[in-house]
Amino acid sequence: MQQKSCPSSVKPTDTAILAQVTKLASPYKGKEDMLIQVLKKVQTVVGHSSISKDVAIVVAEAMDIPLINVYEVASFYSMFATTPRGKNVIRVCKSAPCHVKGAAEVMEAISKALGVQFGETTPDEKFTLETCECLGICAVSPAMMINDDVYGELTPEKAVEIIKNY
Amino acid sequence: MQETRVVLRNMGKIDPVKVEDYVAQGGYEGLKKAIALSADEIINLVKESGLRGRGGAGFSTGSKWQFVKNTPADQKYVVCNADEGEPGTSKDLTLMKNDPNTLFEGMAIAGVTVGATYGYIYLRAEYPYLFPVLEQALANARAKGYLGKNIMGSKFDFDIEVRSGAGAYVCGEETALIESIEGKRGEPRFKPPYPGVEGLWGKPTLVNNVETLSNLPEILVKGAAWFKTMGTATCAGTKIFSLCGNVANPCVVEYPFGVNLKQLVEEVGGGAANGRKVKAVQTGGASGCILRADQIDFAMDIENCLKNGASLGSGAICVIDDSKSIVETVHNLLSFFVHESCGKCTPCREGNMRLYELCGRFLDGTAKEEDLDTMLDLADTMMLASLCGLGQTSPTAVVTSIANFRNEYLDCIANAERRNS
Ligand SMILES: Cc1cc2nc3c(=O)[nH]c(=O)nc-3n(C[C@H](O)[C@H](O)[C@H](O)COP(=O)(O)O)c2cc1C
Ligand code: SF4
Ligand code: FES
Repeated sequence: MQQKSCPSSVKPTDTAILAQVTKLASPYKGKEDMLIQVLKKVQTVVGHSSISKDVAIVVAEAMDIPLINVYEVASFYSMFATTPRGKNVIRVCKSAPCHVKGAAEVMEAISKALGVQFGETTPDEKFTLETCECLGICAVSPAMMINDDVYGELTPEKAVEIIKNY
Repeated sequence: MQETRVVLRNMGKIDPVKVEDYVAQGGYEGLKKAIALSADEIINLVKESGLRGRGGAGFSTGSKWQFVKNTPADQKYVVCNADEGEPGTSKDLTLMKNDPNTLFEGMAIAGVTVGATYGYIYLRAEYPYLFPVLEQALANARAKGYLGKNIMGSKFDFDIEVRSGAGAYVCGEETALIESIEGKRGEPRFKPPYPGVEGLWGKPTLVNNVETLSNLPEILVKGAAWFKTMGTATCAGTKIFSLCGNVANPCVVEYPFGVNLKQLVEEVGGGAANGRKVKAVQTGGASGCILRADQIDFAMDIENCLKNGASLGSGAICVIDDSKSIVETVHNLLSFFVHESCGKCTPCREGNMRLYELCGRFLDGTAKEEDLDTMLDLADTMMLASLCGLGQTSPTAVVTSIANFRNEYLDCIANAERRNS
């Protein structure tokens, strides 16, 4: 089970960004089923790739749905975060097929190169490091995903090289 | 070993988003045929073909369609399960990436049959790059009249929308998937009622896997007798297998049911990579069985897998070589279920956590032999008392690894004792 809390917003979100969020969400007023699709778009404009409290309030108002529904959804799915993340989210697959092919070594190398543990964000807020489950490209495992791009056949060296391009 | 490509027949031969390419290969002929037939005739044909669901459970597709068709309602839906969350499985990705129109055509045939005018493809969040491909392919098919209003000049309407998931394995379970399309947390519903009676927004909903639906166009064109020439007595047609893990040649391949697992691993997969030996094979994904290398010489169909202590599941085949620890691998598999349990029911939420802890004892040297019995007891309870398939099948790796690799667990205890003395 994913244990995530809904934090009170750490830094208030920029009003210009909140306006953008409103613009993204308002066309779906009353269409509660579009919440996940809306939150996915919202996450790409908020800068910190997460649904903070003030962002959630704006989404709830623009879509005319209860705030609690926004929290419930944002806290359930692994692609959503309720605490701020870095500009780029690195997700390294730890499922068994990648695991038996050396995912742990890849993870160790990335963690060392960025100087943070999995689950943490680099101090410059450039990267958040996460593990994830199977990315569906197991024929090229070990694999990882950075934002929407996938990379396979990783070695510790190759993984660190790829991150340098971000 | 020559592949038999039925659902993957167009792979590499067409531009996936170009509907003209698909039509040039005989595409949408099955839908044309379906439009000319009555719903009951199509259902009989699908039943006669022996097609069974490829999403894991192997339910008769024709019977499921009949069920939805016979439920009266003003609105019905067809939902394609493209959540493909089972670790080690890449078949639906391969299908949708190479030939999305086969899926669209299968969904339209389903819609015409059960009386649904709208369909959803629930695409897992880990495939964001497929989203625009599917949207473009849909737009092209619509522009040529294969989807939308009065498809191919008939009285039928059928359109498809892609909905993205947001990362949750449990959303592959059909009722959790429905909750997710409705924009909620993906928690499974109590069954019954089944989606065929009360599904999306309470309306009768047909939920089928990508591979299941992609079989339909060829079945309509070539007939049930042709389909049954492939496969075994209980499982007709082909199955897509994903070979992964420590296999020399990881790949996604299509073979008729009845293909030998050992041959798949050794001849198609080339055995273990880097000159190592195959120690174990896990079939069916994270919720599948872990077999010893000397237990894999059998023909793969749903029934025969069960008879041989294996599971076909999604068709994932993960090879584990002799440098890997089974206990450590099972510990990794359990961490998957701890993470993916939705938490709605206790046996699964607490059970997976406890199994993970117990298994961890063997790795940190604090386990006793009785812990194996505790694990098996707990596994029994979880299989009986969990609400959905996740909790019911998550202990499979534990149970089968204790049965087939008990010595590795005992070695962990012996090694710890040696270290301590
Ligand atoms: C935890 C869990 C995960 C599942 N994941 C998938 C999946 O990723 N894809 C899929 O097609 N079916 C999945 N299923 C099975 C579906 O619930 C459902 O049976 C299937 O989509 C029916 O399609 P079919 O009859 O064509 O096989 C899952 C079931 C459970 C319990
Ligand atoms: S078995 Fe697990 S995943 Fe299924 S409903 Fe219960 S807690 Fe959720
Ligand atoms: S297990 Fe890592 S991509 Fe499938």
